[in-house]
Amino acid sequence: MASDAHGTPLGADAAEHGHGAGLAHHFDSYEQQKDSATLGMWTFLVTEILFFGGLFAAYGVYRSLYPEAFRASSHTLSIQLGTFNTVVLIASSLTMALAVRGGQTGKGKLAAALLVLTLILGSVFLVVKGFEYHEKFVEHHVPGASFHFEGPDALHAQLFFSLYFLMTGLHALHMVIGIVLVAYVAKRAWGGAYTPENHNFLEGTGLYWHFVDLVWIFLFPLLYLIGRH
Amino acid sequence: MTGTTNPDGSPRTHYLNAAYGLKSWLLTRDHKRIALLYLVSISVFFALGGLMAVLIRMELATPEGDLFQPDIYNRLFTMHGVLMIFFFLIPGIPAVLGNFLIPLMIGARDLAFPRINLLSWYLYSIGGLFTLWALLHGGVDTGWTFYTPLSTNYVNTSVITVGVGIFIAGFSSILTGLNFVVTIHRMRAPGLTWFRLPLFVWSAYATSLIQILGTPVIAIAILLVAAERTLHIGVFDPKLGGDPVLFQHLFWFYSHPAVYIMILPSMGVVSELVATFSRKPIFGYKFVAFASIGIAVLGFLVWGHHMFVSGQSIYAGVIFSVLSMLVAVPSAIKVFNWTATLYKGSISWDTPMLYALGFIGLFTIGGLTGVMLATLGIDAHVHDTYFIIAHFHYIMVGGAIMGYLGGLHFWWPKITGRMYPLFWSKLSAIVIFIGFNVTFFPQFILGYLGMPRRYHSYPPEFQVLNVMSSAGATVLGLGYLMPLVYFIWSMRYGPKAPSNPWGATGLEWQTTSPPPVENFLTQPIVTGPPYTYPAPKRAPEVTVGV
Repeated sequence: MASDAHGTPLGADAAEHGHGAGLAHHFDSYEQQKDSATLGMWTFLVTEILFFGGLFAAYGVYRSLYPEAFRASSHTLSIQLGTFNTVVLIASSLTMALAVRGGQTGKGKLAAALLVLTLILGSVFLVVKGFEYHEKFVEHHVPGASFHFEGPDALHAQLFFSLYFLMTGLHALHMVIGIVLVAYVAKRAWGGAYTPENHNFLEGTGLYWHFVDLVWIFLFPLLYLIGRH
Repeated sequence: MTGTTNPDGSPRTHYLNAAYGLKSWLLTRDHKRIALLYLVSISVFFALGGLMAVLIRMELATPEGDLFQPDIYNRLFTMHGVLMIFFFLIPGIPAVLGNFLIPLMIGARDLAFPRINLLSWYLYSIGGLFTLWALLHGGVDTGWTFYTPLSTNYVNTSVITVGVGIFIAGFSSILTGLNFVVTIHRMRAPGLTWFRLPLFVWSAYATSLIQILGTPVIAIAILLVAAERTLHIGVFDPKLGGDPVLFQHLFWFYSHPAVYIMILPSMGVVSELVATFSRKPIFGYKFVAFASIGIAVLGFLVWGHHMFVSGQSIYAGVIFSVLSMLVAVPSAIKVFNWTATLYKGSISWDTPMLYALGFIGLFTIGGLTGVMLATLGIDAHVHDTYFIIAHFHYIMVGGAIMGYLGGLHFWWPKITGRMYPLFWSKLSAIVIFIGFNVTFFPQFILGYLGMPRRYHSYPPEFQVLNVMSSAGATVLGLGYLMPLVYFIWSMRYGPKAPSNPWGATGLEWQTTSPPPVENFLTQPIVTGPPYTYPAPKRAPEVTVGV
């Protein structure tokens, strides 16, 4: 991360640089522009980790304080739907990675098709999540006045479901933002906007998508799997 | 070349006159213009926060609560804290001086992401508008700390509106930090290695790390408070199985490091000023640079010292106490190294230097009382008293604002191309220093005697010290008005500033004042370390009739 190296030697006079299409005026080379975009995106993802980190910390504290209530609540989640969604998201990460590869090699149409596939998989995840939420409403497992839980510690079961909705809800919000981004990038890729020199926005979107997947890879075991036999 | 340059050889077109009209400002991507947008906005919030302070000190001039009802008083000190911390101090130096200077100091044409830079100003402004909207609807009365369950279950004020404002402004802070980190990593001029960077850049880098790592955590904490208030989800509410101490952990995980967001950039400014006006290289450059990083890292490990009496375990308290004292080490390294730089230096008493010296004195008092407060036994005694108020005002006002004003006076000729009156500016530094001490030193004594914070009335025996404090605040307020007047005056009537009025090293002084749009006409190349004083002779003395 602490690399000192500028990609290419800088000339003496900024004004004499040939600035090609897609190279912003304040960068000296495509390589410098790409390095900046990549570092910027990774730094942004660090802030996202901290953002989710507050919720993960809350989950960790309360799980260790009330393990029984959390285990009992966890049992009510559908492990089949959770597993299905995990597979869907991992598949979407594959199509996304291939789409970025398409952008890198200048195959805009291929990239666009793969991005549309990614978008569809992401939407499938959200639809399934919607069915899971619906089930919670039907079972009165949504925190609030009508909350009802058969178990010794309904109070902390409600806490589990509060965290469940907050964590998966925040994740779903990130998915929605991701889908909008992917749609935008697909449109631009179809129009041939991404070249081997400059496909930074596509690559940044890819990094974001993988990050959101990765959050789910942590949410799934924490909420669905731990303590089940 | 005739027609494009002034008689003295400087180019006729610079970033201020390259384009005219409101649109050329509101849609600008030039880091220098965005810095000025921030300068204007944070000044508005500083004035509003200052107005709240005036009203607070008026109420406290008498022991009886005779000017405001208690609930109005609660709103006053809450809004004072919210406006000053989230909308003045945290954006303050990074967004104004950092935005203007970092590309100039590293020989770049702009920050890495100019559009994101403009976006962060808009986010800041939208956050500010939410807060002003809440202010018009009565503000908030929870204290700037928003402790639960008070903020979630009991108060009936605009908690959510202000929360949304802080949430949005937080993203502005994150994006500014991100932009600086990427810029400092990727945009340095040829030859400008890490250990040739000016210390202001090091401190801005350390500040950015805190903004990136800390701000998201308060964002999620605010989100949870809002969810708890609206949806009655009980992460913090004991009645719903939650724990209010968790809120305090999340809040202080950001809000303690946030103190270093305020003070670190000022330390960077002071390093520049002390070297320039002593005409000596800074003593122990690497120690000062790494002390900034050290403060940023240690700053994340001390939040529990705000919670000594909040029900965290005594063992956690002991560890947080020791870790808090460790922050004194890098802070002391800085103070000792500045002092060693002054030693046998050729010191000139220009306005920026007066502010820098004021900073060193006031920060030392603020820092040492911080060590006292890190001590468990003393903190249990003075917790939530005026001792705390005095301590953090010595850091945030005596430290951060003195550094900010010192920096503003130092780089004003670069920013505007104009000089300000020397007599009035020196007077302002002295008036602010005196006014500050008269305001806040009595509060150490009041706190030690047991006067609690956040009350609008107090026992009559505390009146003498409170009147002193209110009188000092009047002087301090006048001191702050002076730069406002002569800076505005100087933009039109001030004498033209040369490229390098202080004879300082640093790339920003090698370009013209004000700089051209692209910052440098030729790409600067760095061949040596910073602070190679004694430097080129100072420009002829610029004087203004007084």
